[in-house]
Amino acid sequence: MNIESDIVAPQLIEKPVDLLRIRKDFPILKQIINGKPLVYLDNAATSQKPQVVIDAMTKYYLEENSNIHRGVHYLSDKATQSYEAARDKIQHYIHAAHRQEIIFVRSTTEGVNLVASSYGRKNIRQGDEIIISAMEHHSNIVPWQILCEEKGAKLRIIPMNDDGELLIDEYQRLLNPKTKFVSIVHVSNALGTINPVKEIIERAHRYGIPVLVDGAQAIPHMTIDVRELDCDFYAFSGHKMFGPTGVGVLYGKMHLLEAMPPYQSGGDMIKSVRFEKTIYNDLPNKFEAGTPNIAGGVGLGATIDYLNRFDMTAVNTHEQELLEYATDALSNIKGLRIIGTAKEKASVISFVLEGIHPHDIGTILDDDGIAIRTGHHCAQPVMHRFGIPATARASFAMYNTKEEVDALVKGIDKVIEVLT
Amino acid sequence: MSALNELYQEVILDHNKSPRNFRRMHDANRKVEGYNPLCGDHFTLYLKVENDIIKDISFEGQGCAISKASASVMSATVKGKTKKEAEELFKSFHNLVTGQLNGIAELNTFGKLAAFSGVSEFPARVKCASLAWHTLKAALEAKEEVVSTE
Repeated sequence: MNIESDIVAPQLIEKPVDLLRIRKDFPILKQIINGKPLVYLDNAATSQKPQVVIDAMTKYYLEENSNIHRGVHYLSDKATQSYEAARDKIQHYIHAAHRQEIIFVRSTTEGVNLVASSYGRKNIRQGDEIIISAMEHHSNIVPWQILCEEKGAKLRIIPMNDDGELLIDEYQRLLNPKTKFVSIVHVSNALGTINPVKEIIERAHRYGIPVLVDGAQAIPHMTIDVRELDCDFYAFSGHKMFGPTGVGVLYGKMHLLEAMPPYQSGGDMIKSVRFEKTIYNDLPNKFEAGTPNIAGGVGLGATIDYLNRFDMTAVNTHEQELLEYATDALSNIKGLRIIGTAKEKASVISFVLEGIHPHDIGTILDDDGIAIRTGHHCAQPVMHRFGIPATARASFAMYNTKEEVDALVKGIDKVIEVLT
Repeated sequence: MSALNELYQEVILDHNKSPRNFRRMHDANRKVEGYNPLCGDHFTLYLKVENDIIKDISFEGQGCAISKASASVMSATVKGKTKKEAEELFKSFHNLVTGQLNGIAELNTFGKLAAFSGVSEFPARVKCASLAWHTLKAALEAKEEVVSTE
């Protein structure tokens, strides 16, 4: 299928980050919670959505709603064009070589599951080894555990130091002829660590081992160039990059995807079905069984258009300034310990307060309209590594401000006052 | 009083800071673990039950202010009570934290447990307040599995 892409010519690139303007793009940020302006610092869980994304999805349902790839009528054609245009936008956004390498999935989790089920079941055998790291989200642990259990393979773990940095020498030692796959998180959701994925990939490739990168926490913060990274698979979610929930992307190198069996089966992933034999569809449709989240795909396309208005370097500079400002301010609070002090970090700060459970921190901050995440962040092995049951986590996006960091600090002072 | 002050009442703050019966019991004849892995509240409850009477009770572990204070107030409340009385208290406590009381008059019968009335405004925290009680129930029924309220 060849759908004309309607990639918009680069618009005015905004730099440096004009915070007041950005904040106006996100209607939810105007909300008052418990009588206080919302301070949304839970972006690593999910980010807020700009009006243009909400509008694009509304417009789709108002004017284009129809099923894709099949109809001969006007609406089906419109819907197919919008959905496939989103695929093109994503392809260019992550610098993939081919549009067929962009598989729509529900989420990063589904992307990892797709690879574990399809590539993994076909290629992993008894006695083989799969390498992940000590800072993976459960979604990049459990699919591999299930695969290993099924195949009699072994999961090997790259350890980390007390700052939350992976020990690359230990990784090198883990690589051996039995290693058949490496799956690694780009940016840790619990610690904020930015892992040296390029180096990790390069080392695996010396032995011909393919690498999947879990990019869920990286994609909202930095430019992703899958060809420069040379990763074999890259998975991310729309909702963490200001797009809708329920839609994500699995990028895979064409030759790998082509050799992989389908993940789910049914409509849209076939060319022809006879009771004797079914011929599968070409990429990317082979991996997209059933009617997908069309509105979500269209919304993600609009998200990419929105993000293309920004210079990611400027966004990154702003976020790093926030991170530094918040790290300094939080470090000055007596009894507060930051968990995750890697040199290379995204704007995520996990912390614990002496003698105060994270859930109490979360509840008291919420009373002042401050939204943070508390708990184990679906990364229980990270919590075990640091000997804590949970952390409080503040995660910043491009629309957050220094004033919001100040509100957080004031809120934590109040937590300490109430509970000690 | 704001919802937050209702939640973190003086009694709760006091019991969180200085929990009562917070120790290991070496001659306990019932020992049950209460664990909410999602939030990390994790306590071990010790009981000495003789002739269906709770002769002694203690606990150790860690958790949020609500779960710790709840275990502490519970231990002070049920000590010396019969198994049946403790189970009745558990029922009443459950009604209290899930907002199913019949007016303020009923609240006045709760004594120190009334401090947990504010929990009903915070649905996510009901499991914190009730962990110790579910653990107690299991201990009284001589069950040995790990109890969770998540």
